[in-house]
Amino acid sequence: RQELLKWNGWGYNDSKFIFNKKGQAEFTGKRYRLGGMVLPTFKEWIEKTFGASLEHKTTSRASLNVNDVPPSIVNEEFLQDLRATKISYSQDAEDRVFRAHGHCLHEIFVLREGMFKRIPDIVVWPVCHEDVVKIVELACKHNLCIIPFGGGTSVSSALECPEEEKRTIVSLDTSQMNRILWIDEKNLTACVEAGIVGQDLEKQLAESGFCTGHEPDSMEFSSLGGWVATRASGMKKNIYGNIEDLVIHIKMVTPRGIVEKNCQVPRMSTGPDIHHFIMGSEGTLGVVTEVTIKIRPVPEYQKYGSVVFPNFERGVACLREVAKQRCAPASIRLVDNAQFQFGHALKPQVASIFTSFLDGLKKFYITKFKGFDPNILCVATLLFEGDREKVLQHEKQVYDIATKFGGLAAGEDNGQRGYMLTFVIAYLRDLGLDYYVIGESFETSVPWDRVLDLCRNVKERIVRECKEKGVQFAPLSTCRVTQTYDAGACVYFYFAFNYRGISDPIHVYEQIERAAREEILANGGSLSHHHGVGKLRKRWMKESISDVGLGMLRSVKEYVDPNNIFGNKNLL
Amino acid sequence: QKELTSKKRDEFEDILEERRLSSDLRYAMKCYSPVIYKGLSPCKPSAIKSAVLQSEQVQYVIKQLAKELGESPDIIQEEAMEILDEMGHSMQLGAVRFFAFTLSKIFKQLFQRVCVNEEGMQRLQHAIQEHPVVLLPSHRSYVDFLMLSYLLYTYDLALPVIAAGIFLGMKIVGELLRRAGAFFMRRSFGGNRLYWAVFAEYVKTMLRSGYAPIEFFLEGTRSRTAKTLTPKFGLLSIVMEPFFKREVFDTYLVPISISYERILEESLYAYELLGVPKPKESTSGLLKARRILSDNFGTIHIYVGQPVSLRTLASGRINRCPYNLVPRHLPQKPSEDIQEFVSDVAYKMELLQIENMVLSPWVLVAAVLLQNLPAVEFELLIEKTLWLKGLTQTFGGFIEWPDNLCAKKAVLSGLTLHSNIARLVDGHVVLNDKGAEEGAIGEMVFKRALSILMCATYRNQLLNVFVRPSLVAVALQMTHSFRKEEVYSCFTFLRDVFVDEFIFFPGISLKDFEEGCFLLTKCDAIQMSQQEIYPTDKGNVTVSFLSAMFRPFVEGYQLIFRYLSKEIKEAFTEKQFIPGVRNFVFQLLEKGTTQCYEALSSDMQKNALAALVQLGAVMKKKMSNGFTYSVNQEAVSKILDVFDARMPVQKPVAARL
Repeated sequence: RQELLKWNGWGYNDSKFIFNKKGQAEFTGKRYRLGGMVLPTFKEWIEKTFGASLEHKTTSRASLNVNDVPPSIVNEEFLQDLRATKISYSQDAEDRVFRAHGHCLHEIFVLREGMFKRIPDIVVWPVCHEDVVKIVELACKHNLCIIPFGGGTSVSSALECPEEEKRTIVSLDTSQMNRILWIDEKNLTACVEAGIVGQDLEKQLAESGFCTGHEPDSMEFSSLGGWVATRASGMKKNIYGNIEDLVIHIKMVTPRGIVEKNCQVPRMSTGPDIHHFIMGSEGTLGVVTEVTIKIRPVPEYQKYGSVVFPNFERGVACLREVAKQRCAPASIRLVDNAQFQFGHALKPQVASIFTSFLDGLKKFYITKFKGFDPNILCVATLLFEGDREKVLQHEKQVYDIATKFGGLAAGEDNGQRGYMLTFVIAYLRDLGLDYYVIGESFETSVPWDRVLDLCRNVKERIVRECKEKGVQFAPLSTCRVTQTYDAGACVYFYFAFNYRGISDPIHVYEQIERAAREEILANGGSLSHHHGVGKLRKRWMKESISDVGLGMLRSVKEYVDPNNIFGNKNLL
Repeated sequence: QKELTSKKRDEFEDILEERRLSSDLRYAMKCYSPVIYKGLSPCKPSAIKSAVLQSEQVQYVIKQLAKELGESPDIIQEEAMEILDEMGHSMQLGAVRFFAFTLSKIFKQLFQRVCVNEEGMQRLQHAIQEHPVVLLPSHRSYVDFLMLSYLLYTYDLALPVIAAGIFLGMKIVGELLRRAGAFFMRRSFGGNRLYWAVFAEYVKTMLRSGYAPIEFFLEGTRSRTAKTLTPKFGLLSIVMEPFFKREVFDTYLVPISISYERILEESLYAYELLGVPKPKESTSGLLKARRILSDNFGTIHIYVGQPVSLRTLASGRINRCPYNLVPRHLPQKPSEDIQEFVSDVAYKMELLQIENMVLSPWVLVAAVLLQNLPAVEFELLIEKTLWLKGLTQTFGGFIEWPDNLCAKKAVLSGLTLHSNIARLVDGHVVLNDKGAEEGAIGEMVFKRALSILMCATYRNQLLNVFVRPSLVAVALQMTHSFRKEEVYSCFTFLRDVFVDEFIFFPGISLKDFEEGCFLLTKCDAIQMSQQEIYPTDKGNVTVSFLSAMFRPFVEGYQLIFRYLSKEIKEAFTEKQFIPGVRNFVFQLLEKGTTQCYEALSSDMQKNALAALVQLGAVMKKKMSNGFTYSVNQEAVSKILDVFDARMPVQKPVAARL
C-alpha cells in the first residue's frame, strides 16, 4: 500500500494535477472521474487568483535521501522480545519517515525540502487484537513510546514525534488489522478491526449489501481506528450520523489493560459513557483494535443536485431553514463565491458543442435573466439517498425551500462535480507547492446566528494578515458551510497564497493560520469540528474546555497511562 | 520617552476661501455622491427604523417588559415606535442642501477662516469605505456638529448621523436638523430600559449596516470652560459592542479636534458658570442670537485625526470571548474587562483630541494676562507670550501662529478679536471689566468674575498640555523637598484630586510623573538625579510660572474643601451645594480674603465634589430625588492639611521610582 501512495504529497502516485505540453492543466490517472481530462480554464484561474505563473517553479526532491534520516535507536532486548512474538517490524528509513507525519502543510514542506528532527525508530505491524496486547505489554516492560498510526491523514500534527522524546518510538501501524470480523444482520451491526481503511470497509460491506455511510473526505485513506481516535465526521452524517452516533462498541488496548463494555446495546445509563473518553483521545490513551459499528442496507437510489443563490447570505438562510425543518438531505453544502469560481475552473473540456451551448444558455439564464451577479452568487450542492420515491419527494421539499430564498436549481452535474472536487482538492496542494503556492484547509463549528459573521470576519482576517505579513499577492480565502445541525453548522475554510518573495513561508503561513483560529474563537466558533486538536491546536485547549475540564482529561490519562507510553503529546 | 515636538502634523486649508469666491447656491446644488462603506446595502431611514423595531434585541426587551408590567406587548411596541420617531433622523438631501446654502452664508459672516487638514479628510474618506466609522469631535459649541456636517458635505463624504442630546425643544430647527441627519437622545434615560434598548439598537443598526458615519461627543455636553471634560462611556460602549460581538470586522474611531479662536457662546458660558440661568434652547432664542451675526469670531481649526482601528486597540486586551455563551441579542452588562477597556479607549481618544487641538496666540496671551492682574505692560506681555509659545511647543502644544506674523501683531490681533475681554490702556493691557469700579461691591465682584472666567476659557485650552509638568512643579513647591519620592507622592495626590478637572489616562500615575519630569528637563527647568529633583537656577521662572498657572485650581479646591469641612453639617444635594459654596466664596471675595475668582465656577465646584467622592471623603447616596452627599469631616480636613503642607502626603508605593 505504501508503494501506491506518494511519499511527499497527498494520495495515489498515479493521480496528480500537471500542466501538459500545451500548458493546459490535466488530472492524471484513472481513479477519479476527473482522471485524464483537460481543464482548459484552470491555468488562467491559478494565474488570476494567486498571481502565480508557470515560469516560477519549485521542485521537490525526487526521492528521500536516506542519509538525512535520523538513525533508528532500538535496544536489542526489545528486539529479541519482539521477534519472539512473530509480529513483523521494520527499521527501514523510508518506512519510518512515511509514518513520521500527517498531511499538514509544514509536514509536506519538510518532506519536500528538509527532514524531521525526530521520527519513529521502528515500525510494527500487528495483525490482530492479541498482537497489539503483546506490543503494548512489551512497550511497558521496556519503557518505550508507542504512536499508533492508521491512515496517516492527520491534519493536526498528531503524528509528529515529540522532538524531546528520548525513548525508542514505536510506530504501531494498524493497517494489517483490516478484517471485518462479523456482520450481524439482525441488529445491523458489524465488528471490524480498526485498521481497515474507509473505502475498503464500504467495498467489503457492499458485497453483503450493506454500508456504514461514514464518508469523511479522506475515506480513501483514513482508517476506522483513526475516525474513532479523532471524533471524525462524515459527509453523509445527516442520514448515518457522525462517528459517535455510529459506534456501538469499542475495544481498546491501554497500558492498564483492555477497556471495553459488557454488551453491545444502543444506549446505556452507566455513568459517563466511557466511549467518550476514547473518541477524540487522539492516540494518547491506547490503541483502538476492534469496533462494532452500525450498518445500513446500501441505498437503492442516489441523486445529486445543486442550487444557485444570489448571494451567500441567502444561501445560509436557506440552509438554516432546511436544518430547522429537519429535512437536510444526506449531504448539503454551501460554497461561497470564490469556491464556486474555483469549482468552475476545474470544469473539464466539454465533449460536444451541444453541451457547451447548453452551459452557455444556463449561464445566460442565471446571470442575465435572473440578474445574479457572477461575482456574488453562491452554490449549494446536494446529495439525496434512499428509495427512489422518497428521494424524489425529498428533493422537491428541499428545492421548494430553496426557491423561497431566491435559489435556482442548477442541475445534477454541478452537484456531482462539487463532491468529486472534495476528493481531488487535496491533490491540488501538491500542484500549488510546485508553483510557490501554499495552502491548507481548516474547519470549525458555529451556532447558526454567527455563521455569516464568522465566515466574513475569518476571511477578512486572513486577507489582512497576509497583507501585514508581507504576502505580495492577494490570498485565496474561501469557505463553505459543509454540515448542518439543529443548533449550528460546520464551516470549512480553504486558504492559500503565493509566497514568492517571502523567505520563511511556512512561518508566515503558521502565523496567519493561528490568527485565523483566534478569529474563529473570538467569533464564537469551536476549536475544531472534526479535524481534532493534535499538537497544532493544543494551546487553545484550556480556553476551549476550561481548566477543570482539562484536568478531568489529564486525570484519565494519568490513570490509564501513568508512564506515558502513548507519548505522542497530543491534546493535553 | 516619546518625542513630543517633532510630531508631524498636517497642513491646513481654508474651506471658506472657495466659498467667498464662488456661488453658494451652486455649491449647495452640487452633485453630491459620497463614497460609501463597501459592505453597505443602501436603505432608507424608515427601513432602518422598522429593522430596529423588529430586531431581536428590542423585541426581547418588549416581551420582558410586557411580562413584568402585565401589559400587552402591542402597547409597549407602540411606545417603542414613539421613542423611535422622537429620536430618529430622516436624512434628506434637500434639507442637506438647504443647510449647505444657509450655513455657507452664516459661516462666512461669523468666521474669518475655517481651516481643515485635508490629509485628515482623505484618511477619513478611505476609512469610510473600509469599515464603519465613528466620529468623535471635541465639543465646545453648538457650531461643532453643524460645522462637521458642513465639512463632510464640502468634501463629498457621507454625512454623519449625530447623536445629539439637545434641541428636543426646538420644533422647526429640530426638524430641519433631523433631516440633515441628526438623531436625538433624551438627556437622561438611565432607568428606562425600553428607551435604552431602542436607542442602543438604533445606533448599532446604523453602525453595522455602515449606513453612515456615527458622530457623538465623548464629553457628553459642551465644555463651558473650553477644557476637555472627562469622557462619558455609554455611547462609546454602544458603538464598540458590534465589534466585541464580531458583528462587524472592525470599527474606526476618528478623534476630531475643533478649536475656536473665539467661542460663540463665551459670555453665555461665563454667566452659566456663575449660576445665572442660561436661556433654554428654543427657536426664538436662536433668532435672538442673530445679533451675534454681526460680530467676528475669528478662525476655526478642525483637525481630523488618524482613524484608530478598534480591532488594533483591542488586540491582546480582549481576546477572551465574553459574548460566546449568551445569545448576542440578550442585553448583557459588559464585563469589568470590557468596561475598563471602554474607559481606556475613551481617555485615549480625548488625549488624541487634546494633542491635535490647535492653540491660537490669544490662548497664550490669556494665560500670561491671568497671572498679571490687574494690568500688564504691553511690551512685557508680548515678551512673555513669545516665551510661553516656546514652552508650549516644547510640551507638544499645537500652536498655529500665522506665518511670519510678528509677536506684536499677533497679540494685537488677539486683543482686537477679544476686545470684550481685555483692552489696551496707556500701554497696559487690562481686563475689560467695565463697571467693576462703580456700583456695589457685590456687583464689582460679579463683573470681575465674569471677565476672569471668560479669559480663563482661553487659558484653559493650554491646561491639558501643561498639566503633567505643571503638577510636578506644583508638587515641588508644595513639598519644599527635592526628594523624588516625596515629589512623586505629592504629584500622585494632586493627580487624584484633579482627576475630574484634567484628562489623565487611567492608572498610569508614574508614567505621567515621568513625562512631566521629562518635559521639565527638556526645557531646562529642572535637573534630576537618581534620588532628587531640583529646579535649575534659570528654571525657577518656569517652575513658578507653571505652578502659578494651576494656582487657581489649587486655591479654588482648597476653598471648596474648606467650605465642605467648616460650613456643612448634614447631608446635602448638589442643588444645595452649588449655591452654598458660591455664596461662601463670594463673601470671601467681597472681604478680599481671597483673589480666587475661579472658585466661583460651578464647573470647578462640581469637579471638586466629584473628586472627594472618588477619594472617599464624601459619600454619595442615591435617593428617590437624585443624589445626596454627606461629608466625612476627618477625611476632608486631612486632604486640606496636605494642601496646607501641614502633613506629608500619605506615601503611595513609590518603590518603583
